Amino acid sequence: MKSSLALRTWAILWKDLLIELRTKQSFSAMVFFAALVLFLFGFAIGPDAATLSRLGGGLLWIAIAFTGMLSLGRTFQSEEVAGGLDGLRMYPGEIRAIYLGKLLTNFSMLVVLEVVLVPVAAVLLQLEPWDRFPLFVGITLLGTFGFSVVGTFYASLTQHLRARELMLPLLLFPALVPVFLGAVNGTTLALAGDPLDRIGGWIRLLIAFDIIFFVVCVWIFPLVLEE
Amino acid sequence: MTITDLPQSNPGRARLLGAATLLLVAAGSAAGLFMVPADALQGEVQRLLYVHVPAAWLAMLSFFVVFVMSVLYLIQRDPRWDLLAVSAAEIGVVFTSLALVLGSLWGKPTWGVWWTWDPRLTTTAIMLMIYVGYLVVRSFAEDPEKRARWSAIIGIVGFVDVPIVYLSVLWWRTLHQPPSSPRSVAGEFLYVLLLNLAAFTLLYVYLMVRRYRLAVAARHVEELRLTRDDGRIT
Repeated sequence: MKSSLALRTWAILWKDLLIELRTKQSFSAMVFFAALVLFLFGFAIGPDAATLSRLGGGLLWIAIAFTGMLSLGRTFQSEEVAGGLDGLRMYPGEIRAIYLGKLLTNFSMLVVLEVVLVPVAAVLLQLEPWDRFPLFVGITLLGTFGFSVVGTFYASLTQHLRARELMLPLLLFPALVPVFLGAVNGTTLALAGDPLDRIGGWIRLLIAFDIIFFVVCVWIFPLVLEE
Repeated sequence: MTITDLPQSNPGRARLLGAATLLLVAAGSAAGLFMVPADALQGEVQRLLYVHVPAAWLAMLSFFVVFVMSVLYLIQRDPRWDLLAVSAAEIGVVFTSLALVLGSLWGKPTWGVWWTWDPRLTTTAIMLMIYVGYLVVRSFAEDPEKRARWSAIIGIVGFVDVPIVYLSVLWWRTLHQPPSSPRSVAGEFLYVLLLNLAAFTLLYVYLMVRRYRLAVAARHVEELRLTRDDGRIT
């Protein structure tokens, strides 16, 4: 049973990544959208290097959140054609694999996006993430995981709603307040230095949020897809 | 499971409850406005406390009720739990907004600003957004069973989220400034506050009775229309 869950999860992840790889539908658009958001920040805040780099952590996370929102909205789009979701649901075994597979798809898409986005942001906003790079990477991954956990869950819940493009951020952003606070403050401390050693608290907050919501979402996901 | 019959209305009892609520709320307001002296430091504006605190209490009570009803719905799948949940959510949104507006009115003369990023204030605003999302999802879902199931899930996830939001905002603010501590309320102030808390709690029960009955009636109409679309009743 355990291996069947892992296998099913892997199959869904592989299928989605393969579709993405072959069509390259959204990834390049996502990267350009994220870069565009960074440019808009530059225009809105002004070209002053000190201000931009001081706000860098927050700006980076708003760019990730907005781009991630677009990516989340597409989570179940590939299943709409020819009853794809019904097909997935009818396979024997644990239905939670659908959630886990989609979660890992969203998470890996966002991580690949960040691999491109962070150097661009470092150039545009004059950030210096290289001094405390492992810390920076760890916080980014924890924040991205929390975002994907709740995001994939609400994407599956809103997929059949009218006006789902509006409903997903309306539900998701308030729920993600702890992730934003943890990720933005943690990233800012990792970028600017942390003389008072406050970063550990934010890391613990992110870990706690990730674990709590991972458990809750995995647990009640079958109720979302019930017919 | 469907609701086929409207429950017997009990206009006499509901009206009696309404009258008692009106009396108690009037007594509480009179006591808050005239019986106790104004606060020595804050002046008359402090009297907002007698409405603000009960409103905030009802906001929290409502969202706890939404949570309990959502859990019960998902376990038993009885639509009545769902209708109770939506009644509580609507009343909760109203009183959360009231608490926020009153807090803001109190904040301007006391703190000098309409809004401050105080942990309780910020969390209350986020809580309002979570439950507005709950209500909006309901308005966008057409199938009654799915609407009930999806909103119950949001009611549970939202309730789990609120304390974590509070802790994270508290943490965020304490790094900059201490959060405003709850003012200790003493003596006659306390009795008036307790009176108002009792009055508003009774008001909550009354509103729940009324709103639930409305929800049942709306659901009844919806079911009639659905069966008619199926062609079973013409």
